[in-house]
Amino acid sequence: MKIIVCIKQVPDTKGGVQFNPDGTLNRAAMLTIMNPDDKAGLEAALRLKDEYGAEVTVLTMGLPKAEDVLREAMAMGADKGILVTDRVLGGADTWATSTTIAGAIRNLEYDLIITGRQAIDGDTAQVGPQIAEHLGLPVISYAQDIKIDGDSVIVKRQYDDGYHMLKAKMPCLITALSELNDPRYMTPGGIFDAVKAEITTWGRANLVDVDDANLGLKGSPTKIARASDKVRKGSGEKVNLDAEESVKYIVDKLKDKHVI
Amino acid sequence: MDFTLSKEHEMARTLFKDFAENEVKPLAQEIDEQHRFPRETVEKMAKYGFLGIPVPKENGGQGCDPLTYVMCVEELSKVCGTTGVIVSAHTSLCVDPIQTYGTPAQKEKYLPDLASGRKLGAFGLTEPGAGTDAQGQQTKAVLDGDEWVLNGSKCFITNGKEADVYIVIAVTGTVEKRGKKMKEISAFIVDKGTPGFTFGTKENKMGICGSSTYELIFTDCRIPKDALLGQKGKGFNIAMHTLDGGRIGIAAQALGIAEGALETTINYVKERKQFGRSIAQFQNTQFVLADLATKVEAAKLLVYKAAMKKAEFAVNPKASYSVEAAMAKLCAAEVAMEVTTKCVQLHGGYGYIKEYDVERMMRDAKITEIYEGTSEVQRMVISANLLK
Repeated sequence: MKIIVCIKQVPDTKGGVQFNPDGTLNRAAMLTIMNPDDKAGLEAALRLKDEYGAEVTVLTMGLPKAEDVLREAMAMGADKGILVTDRVLGGADTWATSTTIAGAIRNLEYDLIITGRQAIDGDTAQVGPQIAEHLGLPVISYAQDIKIDGDSVIVKRQYDDGYHMLKAKMPCLITALSELNDPRYMTPGGIFDAVKAEITTWGRANLVDVDDANLGLKGSPTKIARASDKVRKGSGEKVNLDAEESVKYIVDKLKDKHVI
Repeated sequence: MDFTLSKEHEMARTLFKDFAENEVKPLAQEIDEQHRFPRETVEKMAKYGFLGIPVPKENGGQGCDPLTYVMCVEELSKVCGTTGVIVSAHTSLCVDPIQTYGTPAQKEKYLPDLASGRKLGAFGLTEPGAGTDAQGQQTKAVLDGDEWVLNGSKCFITNGKEADVYIVIAVTGTVEKRGKKMKEISAFIVDKGTPGFTFGTKENKMGICGSSTYELIFTDCRIPKDALLGQKGKGFNIAMHTLDGGRIGIAAQALGIAEGALETTINYVKERKQFGRSIAQFQNTQFVLADLATKVEAAKLLVYKAAMKKAEFAVNPKASYSVEAAMAKLCAAEVAMEVTTKCVQLHGGYGYIKEYDVERMMRDAKITEIYEGTSEVQRMVISANLLK
């Protein structure tokens, strides 16, 4: 089985957020981590590898620095890493990003593509399903559990008040939730191997069946009007009541806000 | 000279730090209070290869260098000195001598299980009458047919009852050196469960309370002839060389304890208010922290240098790292004691309360000045090299 896992290097929320003058994130200036949903997707792929045997390829699009996140994934157990990087691809929104990643994936053989549900820097949850759409694949989003059944996958999909059990024939695409699992750590030996490993680097020229009009900042229909760091919440309302009155007060407030 | 860490070491640092914060720190206080060996942490460390970091891949290890191993012990010890010494005693005192002196058959038999953490290692040299005076060994091994018969006891053995494989030093006869009769000392590999091998007292210690420290007792304990490690009569050299490596591990433990105490204290002094301002705003606090940070950095350079010197040994078996290891341990252990003591002082009354980590760290630091060669022994090693 061949599995492709799409991963993204995102700002570490423990560090400060910095912006470029055009409103996009200044990724080069921030501490970074592997996006948590993507890490769960990678762990799911590595567990399938442990259980059924698989070749796991990790793919990312980003600055040359995004190579670090591929090496981290390889130190956890991924077999190959592909970095898609090119100046003309910069400033991409979800549409241009999914177009680019689909263009890269068209070079590869696969049975299963796993992406994270969404990245913590954009929170759109669009790129995974869009990749599936570009490639004409079935997509199962919000996966809580993944099993292989012959040439199909059986996925437990999170839903508002329960879950769906869905079966899809491979090849297909699954988007993973960080609740899916606890990702494994790297190993020291894995790190030493991953740092020496060759990372395949692709640019615009390597993308298959894509139109330049759909790439980079120019190919992005989304325009960012303004972006800012999270505004600090106020201290809230403080009341001093006894236990019984407090419960009534909270319940009334929740009713006012239509929570209950 | 380049002080920049390589990409591998940067990533390894991140790994060890994350593991220590998420898996080790939450248990540190509990295992100290309950004097409980953290078996669950050892299993997790085994899963991720932490028990075979400097062991070649062909022997089932991770194939990394001594610096990576040192950084592992350092990061674990930042949050828990007990966990740091479990890895150090296993790797430096049991795995390393088998790697260095073992026959191909011994390596094949022991290293894959030890390096993968399926088995844990320990080392028995110290006896009630043989501490710094390692020549004062009383434990005897007598060859009887195809077996050695061990009689005697070892004390203060780290990983004592929890280990599976033990390196045991014993007297195998007498030799004449420069007209004087000396004990002939040899090294052996002993498996747990061998008839005649039992455990005595569990030590009730001041610090590293989660570490399993036991007396090993050998009563007509018969081990195979091929359990001899290295040449007969070379046991003293094997023990001393093993301790050279062990000292780098303990130096890393001491360094980690010092760094952990300093980090905790930096956070504390920013929050603690007296006379209407944080105590970090007082010049006394600032100067004490500046001095401690400088000493920690100096210790770190010595520890890393010793680890890099040990890496040379892998390619050139004539390279000695004895003096570098002694300097690293002497400095790091004394820095750990000073840093933790002053960090308790900066915490005031709270520093004396068990709820605060610095209280445990100060107790844990003390042993680093004592085991695997006291600070006085390190001074002997260093000065002997100066005056030879």
